Amino acid sequence: MKSKKKKKIELGGIVAAPKRAQPEPFPDGPVSYIDAIRFALFEEMERDENVFLIGEDIGHFGGAFKATKGLLSRFGPNRVVDTPIGENAIIGLSVGASLLGMRPVAEMQFADFVTEGYTQLVEQAAKNYYRWGAKMPIVVRLPSGGQLGAGPFHSCNPEAWFLNIPGLKMVAPSNPNDARGLLKAAIRDNNPVLFLEHKFLYRRVKEELTRDEGVVAIGKGRIVREGKDLTIITYHAMVQASEAAAQILADEDGIQVEIVDLRSLLPWDRELVLQSVAKTNRALIIHEATRTGGYGAEIAATIAEEAFTELDCPVARLASLDTPVPFAPTLEKYFLPSTEKIVSRVRELLSF
Amino acid sequence: MHTKSIKLESHTLLPTGKIDRQLALKLYRSMLLTYEFEDRLIKLYKQGDLFGGLFTGCGNEAVSVGASTVLKQGDWIAPSHRCIGAHFVRGESLNEMMLQLMARAEGQTKGRDNSAHQGSTERGVISLISHLATSPMLAAGCALAMKQKKRKNVAIAFIGEGSTSLGGFHEVLNFASVLKLPFVLIIENNQYAYSTPTANQYSCEKLSDRSVGYGIPGVTIDGTDVELVYRTVNAAIERARAGFGPSLIETITCRLHGHSAHDGAEYVPKDVKEKWLKRHPVSLYRKTLTKRRWLNKKTDNQIIAMIRSDIENAIQFAKSKSYPPAEDAAIGVYAE
Repeated sequence: MKSKKKKKIELGGIVAAPKRAQPEPFPDGPVSYIDAIRFALFEEMERDENVFLIGEDIGHFGGAFKATKGLLSRFGPNRVVDTPIGENAIIGLSVGASLLGMRPVAEMQFADFVTEGYTQLVEQAAKNYYRWGAKMPIVVRLPSGGQLGAGPFHSCNPEAWFLNIPGLKMVAPSNPNDARGLLKAAIRDNNPVLFLEHKFLYRRVKEELTRDEGVVAIGKGRIVREGKDLTIITYHAMVQASEAAAQILADEDGIQVEIVDLRSLLPWDRELVLQSVAKTNRALIIHEATRTGGYGAEIAATIAEEAFTELDCPVARLASLDTPVPFAPTLEKYFLPSTEKIVSRVRELLSF
Repeated sequence: MHTKSIKLESHTLLPTGKIDRQLALKLYRSMLLTYEFEDRLIKLYKQGDLFGGLFTGCGNEAVSVGASTVLKQGDWIAPSHRCIGAHFVRGESLNEMMLQLMARAEGQTKGRDNSAHQGSTERGVISLISHLATSPMLAAGCALAMKQKKRKNVAIAFIGEGSTSLGGFHEVLNFASVLKLPFVLIIENNQYAYSTPTANQYSCEKLSDRSVGYGIPGVTIDGTDVELVYRTVNAAIERARAGFGPSLIETITCRLHGHSAHDGAEYVPKDVKEKWLKRHPVSLYRKTLTKRRWLNKKTDNQIIAMIRSDIENAIQFAKSKSYPPAEDAAIGVYAE
């Protein structure tokens, strides 16, 4: 009788990491939003050895969106920590490491998966400083947003889930310089900061980075376009949609729209918003997240409370439908705000 | 009633370390302090001097004291709500503890959080929160930072057998094992998660059996034997310091009080309670030390009297202090 040979199954490994690389040079020419994020990570990790990255597929693979490409070979596995799957533990370990003075930058592969680590963020990270004085210099990067046909689980805009949590900060850049500058500010902040980066913008917007430190203060908005007839208050990829709408309204109707890019969502620039509304007397808040209990509700309530006598028409919101993010292009287009929807909403408000 | 009977073995993590008289008396005194303190807290609670929930660890003293006594300067610990003893071992005074429990302005959480939820970055104590499977992850994060900073330190954490049912228990052990962190997770199996007995909580024989699934050592030991706890945790910590990664230790005890002070725990069968009362870790260790002639009745009485008077002083001290001013509620949410 033949003796049975024991079957052996080998499991796959991974191609060895490249050798130690040189510091990343300052990028020449226009830089994409995702490369601005990547460059900011390089800059901050060169500057402060306590800054480290933690997440899934971020090392050898360079991240699902390549935000961390090249960082492992520059900084080694001690500072670019590839982990098993587990957002709960990624954020939990980040909270713990920060107790010893480390400054973790955790990557959620998609913002949607932050729900797996929600407890660690809202119960631990957000409350520790208030409860026992432990500083929490943590950044959680959240690739957010739709317009990409990615369906209900890879498209979310999670800002409203965190808006009601004292202790957290939240930023949402709309262009490469803000992405770089806000990420640097977030990493230097001694509080947990949610860095909402918009996937639609990753490779669609490019610009030259400013040749300075480039830090953008958290809590400060920016006037993207000046106008006198109506203020659009928005952030993320809706800035570009609003700019396109403003141009159409200027060309076709002679309406001069002012656009405020909030940049920071928590805290947010109340002063800038109220100043602008005092000038234009009309406010339209636009975001990609769903409408009910959405981020815009807070801005709308504040304008109604603080600037009621300035208003010539009701404070309005334009947001996504109150449904999960649908998959088919026809459905997603119907679901999201768009340049066309902005144009028609502004026209309605101007004729109120 | 469904019950479990399990064999206690320690074949994967052999206890190490010698316990001399000085260390033994330190262990005994810490356990006694914990026991006497919590006993007094129950009375304070009934008198209305303490409010909110009061969670005690009667029956668990050998675990919190035995494990935390192994730690050195620079190590970190994530105590559970049954681990008041660990706070004392890490250097917290009775005054500090009372200020915290009585929500005074000078307490460690400045009246912002209840129970033994205090933490200290100086002493390496992680503040407990009520989501019990989250703190072990913070300890694992400390262990990661120690590794990154190339320190020879360790982080240990406690978790109840009830919280082993949460996903966080799995994630922290998997991460700690894959990343080879200097981390030890100690399960305080006190047989009841609020009213839920072990048979309704898990179906494996021993919770330490789960260590196999993470490729790490795991052992189940008698949690009423303080020297066994100390020496087993010592073995796990030596292993972790040497860079071999995490371990899982399950300690079997019995929760002799209710879940919290309002709970009479009538659901615990009388014979179970009586059996485990006879095995209270403080009285067991008193017998051991007396047999070894390391302790006599007179010294014991002196220690008890001193502890009791320290406790009364701390209560008076905390009572004389004020609550935080109301407006303080609004500040200190964000760090500079």
